[in-house]
Formats: sequence, structure tokens, C-alpha cells
Amino acid sequence: MYNVRRLVLAHFGFAFASFALALLLGEWQMIVRSPLHAWLDNPEHYYRSVTAHGTIMAYVFPTLISMGFGYAISVISLQRDLIGLRAAWIAFWMVVAGTVLAALTVASGHASVLYTFYPPLIGNALYYIGVVLVVVGSWVWVALLSINLAAWRKANPGRKVPFPMFVNVAGSYLWAWTAVGAALEILFQILPVALGFKTTVDAGLARVLFSWTLHAIVYFWLIPTYIAYYTILPRAIGSRLYSDTMGRLAFALFLVFAMPIGIHHLYDDPMVGSGVKMMHAVFTAMVAVPTLLTIFTISSSVELAARQRGGRGLFRWVKALPWENPVMLALALSFIMLGFGGAGGLINMSYQLDSTVHNTQWITGHFHLIFGGAIVIMYFVIAYDLWPQLTGRALGPLSLVRAQLWLWFVGMMILTLPWHLAGLYGMPRRMAYYDYAHPAVAPDAWTVIASVIGGALLVISGLLFIYILVSSLRRERITPEPYRFSEALHESPVVPQALNGFAVWVGLMLALTLVNYGFPIWELRKIPTTAVPAVYVGGRQ
Amino acid sequence: MSKVGLWAILAVVAMVLVGGVIGFVWLPRVVYSDQGFFAAWCSAFGVPRSWAAFGERPVARISSDVVLTHELLGHPQPADVGHGATLAMRCAMCHGPTAIRYANSPNLAGQYAVVIYKQLRDYQSGMRASAIMTQMAGSLSDTEMRQLAAYYASLPRPTGSELAGAAPAVVKWGAPMRNIAPCGSCHGDIEHTMASPWLKGEPRAYLRTELTAFASEERHNDIDAQMRAIAQRMTPGEIEQAAAYYGGEH
Repeated sequence: MYNVRRLVLAHFGFAFASFALALLLGEWQMIVRSPLHAWLDNPEHYYRSVTAHGTIMAYVFPTLISMGFGYAISVISLQRDLIGLRAAWIAFWMVVAGTVLAALTVASGHASVLYTFYPPLIGNALYYIGVVLVVVGSWVWVALLSINLAAWRKANPGRKVPFPMFVNVAGSYLWAWTAVGAALEILFQILPVALGFKTTVDAGLARVLFSWTLHAIVYFWLIPTYIAYYTILPRAIGSRLYSDTMGRLAFALFLVFAMPIGIHHLYDDPMVGSGVKMMHAVFTAMVAVPTLLTIFTISSSVELAARQRGGRGLFRWVKALPWENPVMLALALSFIMLGFGGAGGLINMSYQLDSTVHNTQWITGHFHLIFGGAIVIMYFVIAYDLWPQLTGRALGPLSLVRAQLWLWFVGMMILTLPWHLAGLYGMPRRMAYYDYAHPAVAPDAWTVIASVIGGALLVISGLLFIYILVSSLRRERITPEPYRFSEALHESPVVPQALNGFAVWVGLMLALTLVNYGFPIWELRKIPTTAVPAVYVGGRQ
Repeated sequence: MSKVGLWAILAVVAMVLVGGVIGFVWLPRVVYSDQGFFAAWCSAFGVPRSWAAFGERPVARISSDVVLTHELLGHPQPADVGHGATLAMRCAMCHGPTAIRYANSPNLAGQYAVVIYKQLRDYQSGMRASAIMTQMAGSLSDTEMRQLAAYYASLPRPTGSELAGAAPAVVKWGAPMRNIAPCGSCHGDIEHTMASPWLKGEPRAYLRTELTAFASEERHNDIDAQMRAIAQRMTPGEIEQAAAYYGGEH
């Protein structure tokens, strides 16, 4: 692992430790707002926990996984030490410091604003500063990936950028631009108020700026998972990647379409015009394209493996797949969850259908299924796959690994499917308790109890995952084979020039941002009457 | 530029054009067909316009003319507190020498300055009616009201020891299905919000009277009718429980 072994280990270690903590908070939240628990005497404790859970799961955990995996991809695929190791460590400690700062502020009850900030709600400035530190640390990572790619290009003029590094850098550019929206919101809207320089917030503008980040951040979470689909899975099951070019195109399209679509989160917000919402709906539909390309390419890669192993028939080849292989199992489970989640996503992005599920538990169920399910199960795979390289120890018994993955899948389904149903029944989200004794709410009660059970399975699976990683440290020392990523079925020395660089795609991303966000932001900034008084958490008088 | 790049750019431009024509030309013309093209176009872009088409703007019944902000009272100086103490001598007859528990009039000791200032202003303007307080507040200048607020806010609050027993449901949880927020989420147990008075230790009779007055709209100086909306949905039993809890008698 060249010079980054300890670096990647540190990222994964802190990521999964904070993940375990947030997982427990999530289950506690599920229990206290279920019929199994009396109403909380102080609902603020619930929002405190939701803020901590969201901040860790949305900002800290996936960012650290992306960073750690990204460094590993850089050194393995470019076959050279990481340039800027010291900067990478500084960035890591920035993320850690930011996390601790934000977590302590939230834990002390000074920032129960939820991870999406919700201005004009204003918490203690230290919370936002902590989040900014996490983001700035990740920007250092973006810069380091760029620098390492540039150095490699200089040493290898005219050569095709290795596939894993190409998609890795594409993902990092997506994140760099995605995070700008929330950064603008925090720096120009929230922090001046939290620090006491201003007492009003332009809540509409703040929401538009956050939507800039809010949807594409999901794709930032998704990128390591997709990279694992393309670069780990085919090699792990003894197959090859069906098409290198198609893979590059999928990531290039994510770069273009993932970000300028966030206003579909604001369909019910009055300050954005209907035409603007229409434009965002059109491009939200487009972002399904790279996902469909991915499903096609990966399914084809999997079919190749099956046919090599003697699989026959139109669908019977599925039986010939190496199901005992945890990577194969995780991919199938991930695809199932992606399928359900994607179908729900199509409903959310449709203006009229969205109005029936907006702000209900459906939405919370949806993003838990996509992120917690389809995405996080592949984070487990990434950690399992890299673990022997990072620790020099063999990974624990595969039967336990398979059990952990199954448990995660079953738990996630039991958690999220009833959760969707509760939303369809009309149960609103972001509530600390519900009056289940009321006849209008009583039919929802079983769905929340089911979700508590699903959540408990997830806790068991999450702790089992940590146990497998930690216990393997006591297993026999091995010298792992040099790590390699999947190779393409037809390994060609060249790709179309546009798919060997980022100019076209970054250019399109910036241009579409201007087209889709330029007018609403300019207009909301211009109108002086849209500022509203801040509402301070803890009600400063 | 390679062919792939060129095609990508052309495709995205085509999508922008198609989406733009649908979103900014076609749909607005269909949806807002009665308002002319320009108005339809502005609406699609989200340019604000007047919603009301009925000429005269309706005049709402104003509940208070005090605009509360976090900077309203600035930072009072010790001299303000001193002046306030002198002015407060005329209040002591009803509110008591320590401004706690006297003749069933509300406690003022430790009350938020913003709350005292707003109520004095409302008495003066007639937004809140009281045979006694309208007279008392009528002659006060704005500075004097600020000084009184600063003085009372500086006094020690009634201690919590007189609170007995657990908080009733309406204080802790409200009633979600009747849209009643918990008393404590604004009045200090859980959170407090701007302009909401600190209630612990207030006389039970006073709290009962005021909740009943909010319910009947006899008192109506609450911003956006927040307390009226809640009090009207509370049962007489809940009003009694809340008053008893905060009043410290069970």
C-alpha cells in the first residue's frame, strides 16, 4: 500500500467508529418515537440526537470513507507513493477536530438544528465551524488527488489515465463543487448570525444554496460504492469489467448531472419559480442515465463470470455465480436496495407525486434505503477488501462476513419498507413523538415498531462488522498479494480524449449550474424583503 | 475537441433548450393563460408579484405594535437598573416589594426584559386592557419602560422549590393531534422563545385568568394569535393543570 497504509487505516478507523456511535443514536431515536416508549419529557433530546446522527452519517462517515478509499486508489492505480502525505494527515486531523467540535456542541444542546441546518434556526457557531473544518479537510483531499494525477500524467505523457483513478478524481471534483453551496450558506448566511453580526437570515436563499449541496452530496456518498462496483467486484468474482469506456462515461455524466438538480428538494417552496423547478426535474431525470449505464455494465460483467463458470440460459446463469463470495453477495443485496430506493426516487423527483410524500416519513425511509442500504453495504465491502492490505492480517471467517451482510440487508428492508408506508399514511417527519392512541395515528403504530426491529438488526450487523475487523487483527499475519483493481474485458491503450480528462465535464457542470441556479440565486439576493429574524436554539433573549 | 466531447455539449444544450421551452414557455402559457404572456413568464422564473388582485389591501386586526428583535433592548447599564428600581416603587403596591407572589398579581422578578417591555407597551397602546395597568403604563416614557424591564430582569427569580409533583402532560408534551405545543417548549422548561414569559412560580389564579382570557379572545395581544390558538384548544381541565403546575399548587 505504498506510503498510505497508516493514513487509510486512520480514515477507516475513525469513520467506522463514528458510524457505530451514530448507528446507536439512530436506533435510540427509532425506539423513543415508537409506541414502545413513553413520550420523551424533553423532545429537545430527540433533536439533539437527530442532529448528531445526521451530522456523522451525512458528513463525517462518507467523507472519511471517500478520502481513505481515494488515497488508496491513487497509490494503487498510479503505482506510486502519494505526493503530499503530510498535507493528507493535516486534512485528516482537520476532519477529526471538526467532528469533535461539532459533536460536543451538539451534545451540549447548543446546536439542535439538524444536519440540514434549517435556517432561520441558528445554533452555536462552533457547530458550523466544526462542519466547515470537515469540508475544508475534504477539499485538501480533492487537491491532493489532482496533484497526484497531474504528476502521474507528467511522468506518463499521452498514456490513458487508469480507470480507478479517473473515476476517483471525477468523484472528488463533484464533491468540491457540490460542497460550495452549503459553504456559501454557512459563510454568508448562517455564521454571521451565529456569531452575532446579524440577526436576520434570508431563509429562502439559504434553502436554495443548501439544495445545491443537498442532492449532489448523495452522489458523493454513492461514488465510492460505484467505484467498488466497477473496480472491486469484477476482479473479486474472477471476471472482467464489461466496458471501461462506458464506466468512464457514467462517472462523467454524474459530474454533469448530479449537482444542478437540487431544487427538486424545493418543489414545495414558494420562492422558486415553476419553470426553474421544471428545469431541475428534467435534469433529475437525466441523472438516472449513469445509474442505468452502471447497472447494465455491472450486470454484464457479472454475467461474464457466470458464463465462464458454465452458466447457461437466459437467466439460469445467475445460479452459476460465486454466491459464497461476500463481494458477490453484497453486490446483489446492494442492487436490490438500489432498485427499491431508485423506484422511490423516481416518485420523489416527479412534481405531482412528490407533493403526496413531501416531508413525510417516506423521505426518511427513502434516503436510509439508498444511503444506509445500497451505499453503506458496499462501504463494508471496501473495508473488507482492503483490510488484509492495511493490516497484514487475513480477514475473519467468511461465513461471519456473509452473515453480517445478510443481516444488514434484512435489517435495512425491515427498517425502511414500513417506514415508506408510514409516510404514505401521512406521518410527518422530524417529530419527537406521535399520539398513537389517536384513531388517526393508531394504524401507523405497527410500521414504527417494525422499523425498531429492523433498526435493532442493523445495530447487531454494524457491531458484528466492527467485531470482524477488530478480531481479524488477532489472526495470523499474512503477506497479501499485491492489490489490483479489475481489468476491462477489452483493455485498450486509448480512450476518447474527452474521457481521459475532465475539461468537458467540469465545463458542462459549471455551465449547467449557471443555467439552473444562476437566476434563482441572483433574484433572491436582490430582493431585500426576504430576510427573516433568526430563531436561536436555546432562545437567546 | 474530441467527438465525444462535442456530442456531449450539443446534447446538454439540446436538453436545456427543450426543458426551457417546456418550463418557461409552454407550461406557463397553459397554466396562467388568463394573465398574459409576460405575467406567465415572470411566474415561471419566480419573480414575486402581488398575489392579491382585490385592490385595497385587507387590514389585519393588529395584536401588538411592538416589533420584537433580539437587539430591541440593547445592553442596559447599571444606571438603567437603578432608575428602574426607583420607578418600580409605584408598582410594589400590587407586585410586592420583591416582585414575587403578592396579591395574585404576576411575579416580575427575573422575568425576561423583553416580556416586561412588550406588556408595558401593549398596556400603553391599549392592545392589552387592564383597568389598573392602562393607567399605570400610560404616563411612562419609552426609556422608563426599558429601565423598568432592566430592573425586574435583574432581580432573582422565584426559586423552583415551590413546584411540587411532575409536570402534567400538557406542559411536557402538549397535545400533538390538537396542535397544542407543550407549554414548556416556549415558557422555559424545555426551551424558551422570544416574548414568552417565564412561568414557574406565577400565581395560579393569574395564570388561570389569563389562559381563560386568551381562550375567549378577551386578551388578544399575543403575536399572530399564538396563545389564543393554543388556549382555545385546551380543555378547562388542562388549563387548571397547567396553572396549578406553574403556580406550584397541586
